[in-house]
Amino acid sequence: MFAERVGHLALQQLDAAGRWALFGTRAIRHVGAGGALGARLARAIFELGVRCVPVIVIVSAFAGLVLGLQGHYVLSRFGASGMLGTLVSLSLCRELGPVLAALMIAGQAGTALAAELGIQRSTEQIDAIELLDVCPEGFLAGARMLSSLFVFPALTSLFVIVGIAGGWLSGCVLMPQDPDAYWSAVHSAIKGRDVFECLLKAGVFGLLTTALCAYQGFYAHRSGEVGARAVGVATVRGIVLSSIAILVADYLITAILL
Amino acid sequence: MTPPPSDNPPILEVRHLRKSFADRTVLADVDFDVPTGAVVSILGRSGTGKSVLLKCIIGLLETDGGHVLYKGESLKLPEVRSRLRQSSSYVFQQNALFDSATVFENVLLPLRARGKGTREEWEVKVRKVLARLELEESSERYPAELSGGMQKRLAVARALVTEPELVFFDEPTAGLDPLRRNAVFSMVCELQRERGFTAILVTHDVQEALVVSSRILWLDAGRVRFNGEAASFEASQEPELREFRDNIEALRATLQKSRSSHSPTL
Repeated sequence: MFAERVGHLALQQLDAAGRWALFGTRAIRHVGAGGALGARLARAIFELGVRCVPVIVIVSAFAGLVLGLQGHYVLSRFGASGMLGTLVSLSLCRELGPVLAALMIAGQAGTALAAELGIQRSTEQIDAIELLDVCPEGFLAGARMLSSLFVFPALTSLFVIVGIAGGWLSGCVLMPQDPDAYWSAVHSAIKGRDVFECLLKAGVFGLLTTALCAYQGFYAHRSGEVGARAVGVATVRGIVLSSIAILVADYLITAILL
Repeated sequence: MTPPPSDNPPILEVRHLRKSFADRTVLADVDFDVPTGAVVSILGRSGTGKSVLLKCIIGLLETDGGHVLYKGESLKLPEVRSRLRQSSSYVFQQNALFDSATVFENVLLPLRARGKGTREEWEVKVRKVLARLELEESSERYPAELSGGMQKRLAVARALVTEPELVFFDEPTAGLDPLRRNAVFSMVCELQRERGFTAILVTHDVQEALVVSSRILWLDAGRVRFNGEAASFEASQEPELREFRDNIEALRATLQKSRSSHSPTL
């Protein structure tokens, strides 16, 4: 009985993973469906990117400020306070920047995407698009997924830059660190491969987040609930699964590239 | 009942269509033809599977058995299904308007999706159909800012802008008061005469269906119980059919009595 349940659950998850992969593939393959790709890309960049700038700036500034304070406290105990720039920049560039930026964008734009598609499903708008002989996955999710490959790396870069500035503010302005030593350490610490890892992670997280949130909204009617509840469930699942996927992908990419 | 012969070849042939949800059979064995250029009304009590039938025909719902032929070819073939969708339109019961697009964009989308012609040509067509349905002044408004009747007209405008040869109307007057209902029915009737498209109309309203339709299909218990000309439907003395007509007429009379004195415009 227990084994049967586990097996059933495993099959269900495999089925969902397969559907998700098909959804993502169709979305990218038919990204031009319905025309006006340029306008849809611009709108997606605005919704995913521009609208998320304030939250990215605020979160990255405070992440940098905390890193600067903690770094100063820990490093000065070992007489290595000159390494603050290295600590802040590498932490932000290799790990914190991509992960925190992706979580923030998933929280703001991912949930909005899942809810929007969920409502479009429950009001038959997706059926209406399908009946125009337009691939609804490509029309509704394709441009968003494509734009995430640009938006996530761009916002992650912003996150890292503002975070490093935050580290300088707390370490060198509020605490007695040498600013020249800080910026010199930042400059020498970040190598090309660190930037590559940062941008690669951001791109992968972007694709995962938009595909997961869009999938949850698109298939909201299969969530086991109906109407507004189905939209709620899709939104929650979108953010939860995106967060998990970001952390799992982060570990895998780090393990492969290290 | 045997349907009367029709000179026009069928645009759609529905053969032994079956559809169940869990253990509930909605369509048991549905079989009928839709002659080209006809207006076919599908009548029946609530829950008899009228909307399900439309969705099975157009491919929004998978059927459990049977098949549908479009101009003699099976709609199970993706290319035939695509051809049907390219040359048909669907007016949803709840309109299914694109809520984040303006009235103009809603009507423009089907033309853009088909990709035939230039942007200028599309805009001319959109303005023409909006003017025809008296929505010109609302072209920059969003669907949520329109009244129920205007939303319905927008749904019809979106369906007709591509000049389809076949239009599916799923309860186009649902949720409208009697005056608006009459206005929508007359508009559909007028546009059909003007453009000559084949129409399949799901409705509860027997009287309007009799005025608009050339043929009536009566669904009961998942089967076609009547398929023939509107006049034969009206004249039929079959007991179950009479009971259905009488019930609807009684409901209509009650509604007429309780109709408020105000006269809203569509």
